[in-house]
Amino acid sequence: MHSMFKRTAAALAASVALAAPVAAELTGELRIFLDTSNPAPRATMEAMIERFAEQHPGLEIETTVIDREAYKTQIRNFLTADTPDVATWYAANRMKPYVDAGLFEDVSDLWAEPEIADNLASTKGAMTIDGKQWGVPYTYYQWGVYYRKDIFDELGLSEPTTWEEELANCQKIVDSGRACYTIGTKFLWTAGGWFDYLNMRTNGFDFHNQLANGEISWEDDRVKQTFANWKQLIDMGAFVDNHQTYSWQEALPFMVNGEATAYLMGNFAVAPLREAGLTDDQLDFYQFVAINPDVELAEDAPTDTFHIPANASNKEAAREFLRFAVSADEQTQINNGANLGQLPVNAQSSVDDDKFLQQGFEMLSANSPGGVAQFWDRDAPAEMAKVSMEGFQEFMVKPDNVDRILSKLERARQRIYEN
Amino acid sequence: MSAVDVPEQESWFHRNQQRIAPWLFLAPGLLFFMVYVIIPVFQSFNLSLYEWDGLGAAEYVGFRNYEDLYWEWVDRDAFYISLKNNLIWLIMYLLSIPAGLFIALFLNQTVWGIRLYKSLFFFPFVISQVVVGLVFTWFYDPTFGLLNEFLGLFGMGPLNILGDERFVTYGIIFAGLWPQTAYCMILYLTGLNAVDPEQIEAGRLDGAKGGRMLWHIILPQLRPATFIAFVVTIIGALRSFDLISIMTQGGPFGSSRVLAYYMFEVALSEYGFRMGYGAAIAVILFLIMLCFIAYFLWSMYREERGH
Repeated sequence: MHSMFKRTAAALAASVALAAPVAAELTGELRIFLDTSNPAPRATMEAMIERFAEQHPGLEIETTVIDREAYKTQIRNFLTADTPDVATWYAANRMKPYVDAGLFEDVSDLWAEPEIADNLASTKGAMTIDGKQWGVPYTYYQWGVYYRKDIFDELGLSEPTTWEEELANCQKIVDSGRACYTIGTKFLWTAGGWFDYLNMRTNGFDFHNQLANGEISWEDDRVKQTFANWKQLIDMGAFVDNHQTYSWQEALPFMVNGEATAYLMGNFAVAPLREAGLTDDQLDFYQFVAINPDVELAEDAPTDTFHIPANASNKEAAREFLRFAVSADEQTQINNGANLGQLPVNAQSSVDDDKFLQQGFEMLSANSPGGVAQFWDRDAPAEMAKVSMEGFQEFMVKPDNVDRILSKLERARQRIYEN
Repeated sequence: MSAVDVPEQESWFHRNQQRIAPWLFLAPGLLFFMVYVIIPVFQSFNLSLYEWDGLGAAEYVGFRNYEDLYWEWVDRDAFYISLKNNLIWLIMYLLSIPAGLFIALFLNQTVWGIRLYKSLFFFPFVISQVVVGLVFTWFYDPTFGLLNEFLGLFGMGPLNILGDERFVTYGIIFAGLWPQTAYCMILYLTGLNAVDPEQIEAGRLDGAKGGRMLWHIILPQLRPATFIAFVVTIIGALRSFDLISIMTQGGPFGSSRVLAYYMFEVALSEYGFRMGYGAAIAVILFLIMLCFIAYFLWSMYREERGH
């Protein structure tokens, strides 16, 4: 009873951000491992932890920031030995190996608290495996088409909403000597974004999920339809040449220089585009067009998360930290334009005034009835993601190999999901 | 009491000093060699019989991993491509030996500033493979790379070397040849210092020059250098990894993989963690290397017996 009261009080206090420290006597050490190694996210996280520390003077907090790429392999080591109390990671299937190995703490109790249950409902699905929740989200961002508005105006184009409009637009862009889309597939995942959208628009969110879970053959006619749609764009020269040689950052200049007019990307592409000199008058955003009118629109919105390792030593403080991180005020603050510049996970938070965040938030909350996917390499098992994204890359370079590619993916599916 | 005992009874150590001393000196080396080389070799053999994701419990699967590799071979899949590329590497990489020899012959003269030229030729071996990889990646870049600018002068290209599965492996090998040639050159330069001038003189008197002089008089004396050059080049070709990782990450669509990179991809990369499968690839790579190493050891042994 008492602890119940304390919890609610803490949650309440956090949500209205009372100046006075919460009446909690958390003590000991709290070790937090972060993968937010880029300068801006790093500063954001450290400031948030600082605010948490002020509320809990008895707590000795130690923060370790690890390079984002290195983190992906190191997590395997530190979850088993020398374990922190809080660690960042990604939602959906990406956490499955650790959940299956019993290395993440079940935090369903947090999700039962009204403060979280009511305000974070939209991301609950992405945090759930086997009916339990294994962490909390702290930020997410939309995917969609970022385009050069000035070039669209010059060519007299408007934002497309259907596949026909999309193809007509693209034809005009190609005729003007530009590519419709820039993309860099050297690291494969960017092609995964295209597959996500084309498949979700052609066959719907549920089908897409079943495919990611290995329940549908890659040689199914519906999958082939997705690739046929994709091929339409490839054949008309919609994508920049030689994309297999570039990373996503190296593909940005094509758009900045006006050699390509649009980029299907996550919202994190906005910052480098602005830094490269594009103003908000030149840059705009639209939702990926509908292809099959019979399926509901669904979006990609990758979610970054906090978890408590099962071997953590100060789980009480860790839980308190998770509550703090998802509280409405903190969410507003860490996701604002000056910090992460992404979308808050808490429904009570306010979204930054940035036009891309506003549009993204609007799109995800009002115009994504089909559902919200994480991203291909987070929804599909790692092995399948790897093989398939390699196939997508090959397809984008050699669209005529589609049958050979799909039969290879089908063989991979039969091997990967059997155990 | 000991003061009395010492003179009559020599200690065990003293009596066996001669035999023990070498082992004592060898001990640290042997220990590290055991821990970091020999034992892991057997661990890899063992691990290749299991299916393990690095986290949970390992499951014994017998020769399943090798069977999968076999099917990848049959299907012309990743394993086949890696093995084929390894073979290309092995053959193409050997070009660095004649190339190194000719540069060494060219530089083996006494003109003003030759030391500077020698160091410039040796330079690529000193810089890190990562830098070599980056430099060549930019060199090959399809839009602004020097190579395509150059081809453009002759109205050719553009050629996307690293984006085309037909050229990519050769492109990477060419980048690798740059430092490897420098290495072979140094080996030959030192070898040329030891060439006996009297034999050259004798050859001259007998009317040998140019190619005949090189083939019959110089090269036989360079045999030790050639042998070492072969060893380091073949081993270098088989363990090629860093350039691939820097320049293409095995792409486009996996066509520039070699066994070492494929092993890393399967076992340790972002989407990997099939430890058993990776170990099976490592075992295959080890067996291939073993053939060469055994041959080298055998010929070294024969050499020593001959003298």
